[in-house]
Amino acid sequence: MNRRISGKVLALHLGIIVLLLVAQFVLSPYHHTNVARIMVFATFALGYNILLGYTGLLSLGHAMFFASGIYGAGLTVFYFQFGAIEAFATGVLSSLVLGLVFGLIAIRTSGVSFLIVTLMFAQAAFLSILYFNEITLGDQGIVISQVLQPFELWGTEYPFSDPSVKYNAALLLFGVTFIICIALVYSPVGRVLVAIRENEARTRMLGYNTYKYKLVSLVISATLSGAAGAMYALLFSYIGSTFASIQYSIFPLLWTLVGGMGTLIGPVLGTGLMFYLVDISSGLTESHLIVVGVVLVGLVLWFPKGVMGTIREKWLTWLP
Amino acid sequence: MAAVTLLETLDLSKNFEGLQAVQNVELRIPTGEIRAVIGPNGAGKTSLVSLISGRLRPTAGTVRFKGEDISRLPAWDRVNRGIVYTFQVTSLYANLTCYENVALAVQRRMMGGLLDRLILGENRITQGTELALSQVGLTEDTHRRAGDLPYGHQRLLEVAMGLALEPELLILDEPTQGLALDEITNFCELIRAISKRATVLLIEHNMSVVLELAERITVMDRGMVIAEGTPTEIEQNVDVQRAYLGTDAAA
Repeated sequence: MNRRISGKVLALHLGIIVLLLVAQFVLSPYHHTNVARIMVFATFALGYNILLGYTGLLSLGHAMFFASGIYGAGLTVFYFQFGAIEAFATGVLSSLVLGLVFGLIAIRTSGVSFLIVTLMFAQAAFLSILYFNEITLGDQGIVISQVLQPFELWGTEYPFSDPSVKYNAALLLFGVTFIICIALVYSPVGRVLVAIRENEARTRMLGYNTYKYKLVSLVISATLSGAAGAMYALLFSYIGSTFASIQYSIFPLLWTLVGGMGTLIGPVLGTGLMFYLVDISSGLTESHLIVVGVVLVGLVLWFPKGVMGTIREKWLTWLP
Repeated sequence: MAAVTLLETLDLSKNFEGLQAVQNVELRIPTGEIRAVIGPNGAGKTSLVSLISGRLRPTAGTVRFKGEDISRLPAWDRVNRGIVYTFQVTSLYANLTCYENVALAVQRRMMGGLLDRLILGENRITQGTELALSQVGLTEDTHRRAGDLPYGHQRLLEVAMGLALEPELLILDEPTQGLALDEITNFCELIRAISKRATVLLIEHNMSVVLELAERITVMDRGMVIAEGTPTEIEQNVDVQRAYLGTDAAA
């Protein structure tokens, strides 16, 4: 593999962003909202994949980063009437700080112990949200749409209740994140992260301070996940402790595995597939999780590397 | 000889829960030398070089490199100061191409400030990578997966990664283990070429390789240095013969 990003890689990935941009004019209102939601979740998955797919660290605690984005943005709107930009920035910043502090402790562990530490911290974060219920209103949740002011740009107001504002804000976040991920994967740092994933001991003996690189990876991953959370709070206006629960740590793992970890498109595709799988199967039967389960078993049996992982292995070896 | 001392160990010891792997080792290697460390299995050779490269922390004693105490420095920091270790059991990035394996080493050498971490001229990396691969004769394998290479070539790739770091002290841990005879001959030539630019510390079982390459030999047994000298001196040393044969045959 050569590090120089090739024309077709760039065309394919930018093409996805353009496709999503055009899609908003043809999608029905129902799918329009769905795709906006998918793009926010895909951002979460992309952030998660930096750590799992490109660094080889399996986290079961990313809900806390998503939730810190949600609460960082949501609570400042609710209590201090922050505008959208300030609230978003607070959400991103709080997940960055959380990622850094957590990383300084957790990166000392690896493998199964890392997984357990992430799980424990995320549970502690979840319980803290409930414990400080008077401030967070974690158990019943908060709807912030009454308080949140429309986003203003050059004299025009963009209310977040407008579906097309929702869609394009989500697209903006997703597009920027996607480009950041492409740049990271092709950067010298990206090369070192993959090296850590493949053989950490060797990487250390090549002169790399792997602790520092893993910390950087975790902070980027946490920040992107938090950005997704902050955007989610603003666009869908509901904040609650559910988003800090274990379920929201498993979702990004699932999306990434389904789509193919260690690929750029995989987490995006995985998020979309899982979203519609749940959506369609819950329309067919009450016990829609059975359908989801069957699909997951099939995936593990026949596509252990996820959809994009398999495609890359069999046909498109040039995919990043 | 008034050569400058590159590496020095003072009273260096390592215990593994009661097992004295390395005991009070005093080693002094001048710049430019090819030094071999030999000894029976379990003599503490790999432990000694692990202490030097920083993969292990000493129980007691110090390691000095270019006059500086480096005993407390982590392994990656020592690599950046010029101590490069190539693994006894090949430790490559099996899933990556030979190019990527070596490029990681080249990139490390070129990376300076923060900006380099984000953008770094890939042309320079390619140049350095191709050079290192050609030095060990692996040009044709550039885009092959490292894990698919025959064993001998994997050892060469390991050396190429070491070379690409432009070491001042290159530690080779049993580099010829598992190589065919003609491969060993080429390997000796390669090490001789390397030694023009770097000091070489060689752990080796194959005595013909040691006698051919080493300027001085350090012999270890049960964690201690039992002899040191030129190849001729070592060949005639009674203690050495005893350690290897386990008898007083030489007496």
